[in-house]
Amino acid sequence: MTDKSLENVETRSYTFACPPKELTLDSGEKFGPVTLAYETYGTLNAEKSNAVLVLHALSGDAHAAGFHKDDTTPGWWNNLIGSGKGLDTDKYFVVCSNVIGGCKGSTGPSSVNPKTEKPYGADFPIISIGDMVNAQRHLIDHLGIDKLLAVIGGSMGGMQVLQWMVSYPERIQAAVPIATTIKHTPQQIAFNEVGRQAIMADPNWRKGNYYNRGVPAKGLAVARMIGHITYMSDASMAEKFGRRVRVDRKPFKFGADFEVEGYLRYRGDTFVKRFDANSYLYLTKAIDYFNLLNGHRLSEVFQGLKAKALVLAFKSDWLYPPYQSQEIVKACKLAGVDASYCELNSTYGHDAFLLETEQETQLIKHFLKSVSDKNGTGDLHA
Amino acid sequence: MNKWASKLEHRIISNWIDTGASVLDLGCGDGDLLTSLIREKQVHAQGIDLNDHAIQNCIAQGLSVLQEDIDKGLSEYSDSFFDYVILNQTFQQVKKPDFVLREALRVGKKIIVGFPNFLYITARLQMFFRGKVPVTPSLPYEWYDTPNLHFLSIADFKEYCKKRNILIERSAFTAKNKTVLLLPNLFAETGFFLLSK
Repeated sequence: MTDKSLENVETRSYTFACPPKELTLDSGEKFGPVTLAYETYGTLNAEKSNAVLVLHALSGDAHAAGFHKDDTTPGWWNNLIGSGKGLDTDKYFVVCSNVIGGCKGSTGPSSVNPKTEKPYGADFPIISIGDMVNAQRHLIDHLGIDKLLAVIGGSMGGMQVLQWMVSYPERIQAAVPIATTIKHTPQQIAFNEVGRQAIMADPNWRKGNYYNRGVPAKGLAVARMIGHITYMSDASMAEKFGRRVRVDRKPFKFGADFEVEGYLRYRGDTFVKRFDANSYLYLTKAIDYFNLLNGHRLSEVFQGLKAKALVLAFKSDWLYPPYQSQEIVKACKLAGVDASYCELNSTYGHDAFLLETEQETQLIKHFLKSVSDKNGTGDLHA
Repeated sequence: MNKWASKLEHRIISNWIDTGASVLDLGCGDGDLLTSLIREKQVHAQGIDLNDHAIQNCIAQGLSVLQEDIDKGLSEYSDSFFDYVILNQTFQQVKKPDFVLREALRVGKKIIVGFPNFLYITARLQMFFRGKVPVTPSLPYEWYDTPNLHFLSIADFKEYCKKRNILIERSAFTAKNKTVLLLPNLFAETGFFLLSK
């Protein structure tokens, strides 16, 4: 199905927190100006009550749906967003922004520091999931939206959803955290640390000040390869690659003989072209440090939250296993939050939230409908 | 579950529930009962079921539902969290009915159970004359494909309540979509009880 309305989408940007009104980061540091790259799909209704904020994962960006001009690849969640889809752009006004610390148009380590007129590099401040959400809140203010119909995202995007539930509970009507957790386990931190070490071990990294020289491509590619292994599952890899060897392999001892090796190398190499190594370091640290409890008890985190929650997990996801989503559900129950929980069947592992969108679409569609029906909004043509 | 839930059964349960009450339906199936309770009694509804399709159908109906195993208990809910906990056509299918009932009584001020009467007259006659495990409208399964793990009669359940000091506030019995008033342990396919501690 082609969706005319999303044929020529554009990324826009919003700059705020200019000195002296800098953003106060969770670290206590003041930082500004901040630019957020964002895209919108659909139309904001007169009551401004049909806005849905989509939050991206580690390597995502503002381009969640549709096609940029002369581009053949759609946005990263195009399966879910569009006319008649789960996030129906005929009904909802969908907003997606690149996170602070990212490298796809929002202020991050590769952005130019106005004070030095050079890229921030390792001088970029430590940022948290809370800072990402705080920055998004400025964008939502700018768009004139008082209350979001829903915040929705998977993985790191799911962490931002949880953070919205805690930081701005009165500004959301519904929350959909997918394949995520209230805090990383040592195993999850460990995988990220190996990725970071690969980047920092690359001689081109130069303590983060590599811009205008050679980028730490090898290190970032290895980090991405590790990431990809954790996003798939034993079953999905067996199905996709088996033990097949490449037909074009050369008689070289350590070539990418197996298809899975070639795939990972390809994934690593293409990632380097679109992602900044320092952003990878900063964002994985933000994920690792994320802890919704922050010294509180599980029963306290969602206390008083009026928003409805739909928590989704995937059975084959071993990076963010369902028990971590059940922990979120537990927090909802303890606080009396109106919650639904569903564990979806898929063999895709963690990547399922981006790939196995059929059931996910149905659930989100109906869930959002029940939320928007309740306040008699959501349908522009009603 | 709720496979044979008829309008009559929904009406019996609905009549026992106060308007605007909070209700937890354990083994809520496709959510038909909760949907009718929301419509008729404006309840605050929460369902729990383990089945994938049941969860999806509930969410499609706009219900709040959790995909969980009720055999694992309801430990996140505090005592008397809900006004009513419903176990309709559920507890004969759980692994630990005694535990599940006690958990339901803990988190609910009142509980409502509905279950098939294994000693319904047709079942008794089939056993006696045919020498086979009964297959009846309320027990429609063969021995090899039944989800029912526990078989009990209305008399068994009354005895259980006495033993556990559970108060039976009200009861109702049905067969062939009609209310049964006489000798329910013999003539009722299904029994319903409103219980409290």
